[in-house]
Amino acid sequence: MLLIDCPCCGVSGEETEFAAGGEAHIVRAGPGSSDADFASYLFDRKNPRGVHFERWRHAFGCGKWFHMVRSTQTLEVFGVYKADVTSPPQDILDRVEAARAEGRVK
Amino acid sequence: MAAKRKPRYSIFSLARNSMSHHQGWEKAWRSPDPKPEYDVVIVGAGGHGLATAYYLAKNHGITNIAVVEKGWLGGGNTGRNTTIIRSNYLQDSSAALFELSRSLFETLSQELNYNIMFSPRGVLMLAQTEHEKRAWQRTHHATRLNNIYTEWADTKRVKEICPIINTDPGARFPVLGGLWQPRGGTARHDAVAWGYARAADDLGVDVIQNCEVLGIDREGGKVTGVQTTRGAIKCGKLGIVVAGNTTRLTDMAGFRMPLESVPLQALVSEPIKPCLDIVVMANTVHGYMSQSDKGELVIGGGTDGYNAYTQRGSFQHVEETVTALVETFPIISRLRMLRQWGGIVDITGDRSPIISKTPVDGVFVNCGWGTGGFKATCGSGHCFAATIAKGEPDAVAAPFSLDRFSEGRMIDESVAAAVAH
Ligand SMILES: Cc1cc2nc3c(=O)[nH]c(=O)nc-3n(C[C@H](O)[C@H](O)[C@H](O)COP(=O)(O)OP(=O)(O)OC[C@H]3O[C@@H](n4cnc5c(N)ncnc54)[C@H](O)[C@@H]3O)c2cc1C
Ligand SMILES: [Zn+2]
Repeated sequence: MLLIDCPCCGVSGEETEFAAGGEAHIVRAGPGSSDADFASYLFDRKNPRGVHFERWRHAFGCGKWFHMVRSTQTLEVFGVYKADVTSPPQDILDRVEAARAEGRVK
Repeated sequence: MAAKRKPRYSIFSLARNSMSHHQGWEKAWRSPDPKPEYDVVIVGAGGHGLATAYYLAKNHGITNIAVVEKGWLGGGNTGRNTTIIRSNYLQDSSAALFELSRSLFETLSQELNYNIMFSPRGVLMLAQTEHEKRAWQRTHHATRLNNIYTEWADTKRVKEICPIINTDPGARFPVLGGLWQPRGGTARHDAVAWGYARAADDLGVDVIQNCEVLGIDREGGKVTGVQTTRGAIKCGKLGIVVAGNTTRLTDMAGFRMPLESVPLQALVSEPIKPCLDIVVMANTVHGYMSQSDKGELVIGGGTDGYNAYTQRGSFQHVEETVTALVETFPIISRLRMLRQWGGIVDITGDRSPIISKTPVDGVFVNCGWGTGGFKATCGSGHCFAATIAKGEPDAVAAPFSLDRFSEGRMIDESVAAAVAH
């Protein structure tokens, strides 16, 4: 069971209170992009065995979307951040790097 | 070098071996060291990879093949699934593929000289809302048009087929009927992998266990070989058949896939006396159940909502599944659960599998079977072997190619496991 801190309302809850929303920071292709690029935007996913940047929604709480960084190998959560940014904050990236250096995650 | 033909399993070999206290059975397959080069390397010794190797050797005369497996053969989703086999799919392309597979199961024990325990005990898919009833009736009409035998069972017939189902009209989700495929059923999952491995080995295929692929070598857009934990292996063609690990392999080959990997779990109860001689799937309440020959109730759960490679799955899904099944089968309410486990399944954007060429010349993928590929093991291996041998998909495989995602040819079977994951 993941324990998640909502960065929007501050509530800390179990994963059943939240809904996963898939890979984060996907940039929309087009207008005018090729079919292949648009298909890639719609369907291709990084699906790493390791650090995953993803979207979540506090579905049974404040209802807001936010971002989370999690290991798909160990389910370790490296941090949460607001929805309205296009890249993760540096302190979370530092935490990921530290975990990599310790061999906790790929 | 082709292997020496194995003696056949039969009532006589059983009798003969019983004379020597069963000490004289030959090994079912060799454990060869990898050769420096093969015509075809298949990555992943699950049912699909082994079946592919078998049909390449048997139907296409290609026998210089290695199947490389990072763990033990059949230890992936093949050995973790709830073994439901059916072919009552809505779309023509899926019906063709899954019925080819189901029909190959009928004679697979004889074909492989290995008892895979195919048990066409019948699969019943319950309708518990008006919407679901209409959907299953539509599927029923579609399967009949595709020459696949199904029946529409009303509530009374459901109770006849399966007396332990709660058909109380006052239930939260009353049983309004069901889609009944009498020739669906189950098979012994390990035996399917073992049978294909033994038969492929017999045709000269090297099944190499404890051999993880770590890299894919390419030259000028064409595959030349793989790097493994047991050294480099050159190959002319490469088949990737690794289920939940597909994107790890395609990352090595340098192209992306429309896939996400999620845990799917199952559990079994303590063994009890026979009470359920068919497979029942209940989509609305989300659970499915059959009874093994040992007497355990085999129960399939739901997928986790997020990507993971943990091979276990979240606890709340066990609770949800069991709650749903107790409502459908009140007699199980006091049963204890014995074991729970998970597998990592690869889910595509349209929930249908991918059997395809790829952007890298000589690399082929067979994946995206998600929560429902055990039933397709034979058909998948059959048409993937043809695709690899000819370099082009055969008629059954063609609709499942990768370019359907850019061409917008989705195969809309979002109920691929009959329970929506
Ligand atoms: C709990 C559960 C219940 C299910 N229930 C059903 C059901 O009732 N009916 C049904 O039809 N389907 C069901 N499925 C789905 C079914 O199990 C799969 O679709 C099917 O078994 C996939 O077979 P496969 O051979 O493609 O994959 P697998 O059996 O997973 O084989 C892939 C192999 O590749 C190996 N591998 C991975 N990476 C590497 C590497 N780098 N190098 C070498 N080898 C590698 C793995 O170790 C593994 O052995 C279920 C799945 C699960 C998890
Ligand atoms: Zn919140």
